[in-house]
Amino acid sequence: MSTVAQRERIEARTKEFLVAEFEVQEDLILPDADMKETLALDSLDYVDLVVVIQDNFGVKLTAEDFQRIGTFADFYEHIEQRIASA
Amino acid sequence: MSTAASIPERVERVVITGMGIWSCLGKDLAEVAESLRIGRSGIVFDPVRKEMGFRSALTGKVDMPDLKAELGRRQRVGMAEECYYAYAATAQAFRQAGIGEEELRAHEVGILYGNDSSALAVVEGVDALRRKKDTTLIGSGSIFQSMNSTVTMNLSTIFGLRGINYTVSGACASGSHAIGMGFLLIRQGLQRIVLCGGAQEVNPVAFCSFDGISAFSVREADPTRASRPFDRGRDGLVPSGGSAALVLESLSSALERGAPILAEVVGYGFSSNGKHISDPDLDGQVRALHMALKMADMGPADIGYINAHATSTPIGDLVEAQAIDTVFGATRPPVSSTKGMTGHECWMAGASEVVYSILMMQGGFLAPNLNFEEPDEASERLNVVRGPMQHRVDALLSNSFGFGGTNSTIIIKRYAS
Repeated sequence: MSTVAQRERIEARTKEFLVAEFEVQEDLILPDADMKETLALDSLDYVDLVVVIQDNFGVKLTAEDFQRIGTFADFYEHIEQRIASA
Repeated sequence: MSTAASIPERVERVVITGMGIWSCLGKDLAEVAESLRIGRSGIVFDPVRKEMGFRSALTGKVDMPDLKAELGRRQRVGMAEECYYAYAATAQAFRQAGIGEEELRAHEVGILYGNDSSALAVVEGVDALRRKKDTTLIGSGSIFQSMNSTVTMNLSTIFGLRGINYTVSGACASGSHAIGMGFLLIRQGLQRIVLCGGAQEVNPVAFCSFDGISAFSVREADPTRASRPFDRGRDGLVPSGGSAALVLESLSSALERGAPILAEVVGYGFSSNGKHISDPDLDGQVRALHMALKMADMGPADIGYINAHATSTPIGDLVEAQAIDTVFGATRPPVSSTKGMTGHECWMAGASEVVYSILMMQGGFLAPNLNFEEPDEASERLNVVRGPMQHRVDALLSNSFGFGGTNSTIIIKRYAS
């Protein structure tokens, strides 16, 4: 799969589970938007976010990983790299 | 027979100012009242149970409420199946009682629910662990769904309740004991308003081990005739569930708020058999009946209707019929077990059957003991309600008994100032 296609797939899947499972408005999920501010998650929500990311991408994120992620674009980049290095 | 308990002096009269129900008979009070009035059964055959290896695939059919419009994801994620039913019933009860956000902020409203399992949530959580081999991938909702107190922990959070807050696990008497405890707290002046209820999950996982001790009716060919309390041909209970909720309130609070007063709670009797884990006991049941009458300051002649626990098991109905005859043999008030229609709503039954009985009192009718065709040697001594009948009731009694020999009796009367 090309890098562009892979990125589009990650973006589409992310939107899908954030809308379905976290009831986030789809039009707020923009590449430059701050992920933590947009999702407004509490500590328990993060537990579920880790589960849903693992279910969808086979990648388990830690608290340290989330600290390094600012925007949604950062998140897509992180997932892309983890999948590539898996 | 002796009752050791002395009854403490009453500080407050206790009334019911709101009710809610979500069961196989309907999704609100009006729908359920109509089912009771016409004697409509809520029992179906569930083929999934047969595939799973159940001896009996009979069950009450209860729909899941869709709460997406009312509750956010964070509120729903910790709610087990029975919490969904309990939320629906509780919201109805608060609405009828006129208790909204303002009231909940102004007073320390409590919550006591009867619930004794959350089996599906436990199984789903452990299944996730076995699949993923990592506890951090089970998800955040599992712990809050898995505990017996799932209903009270979720609803107290959702409604912002600040009074007494715990779950009563007393097997099939759980819902009745929850009402009894709420009644006592208000009666003694310790609480002003307590939401009391019962909740029961209906999924097959919750009931498989119960089916495994051959407690369920196997009249699968005719589901609506399978639950037949007090009938000679009864062969076991039919599992069911949902939720029922009642707002118990001190009379002074209800009058001050101008709340609708639906009925008055006047007696709570309880006892433990201290004998066999699943066999009922005449002495234990009779002691609970006498204690409830004593607390209500009533005699057997004052009771106009008995909503029996009778679940349609051979031994359970036999012993309860003997207990009722022992105490009420001289007055023979009408008796029916609504489980002929609902099946056995287990942890919820003690609360739902008080709701059903109050609906009868309000509507001036008695629901039938469905499928009572031929009495046995004990039930022939009772005045069993065979079909729906118009009947005015001013005071009623509701029995609930559970595994481990726990017994509970609640007495309700028509409110008079």
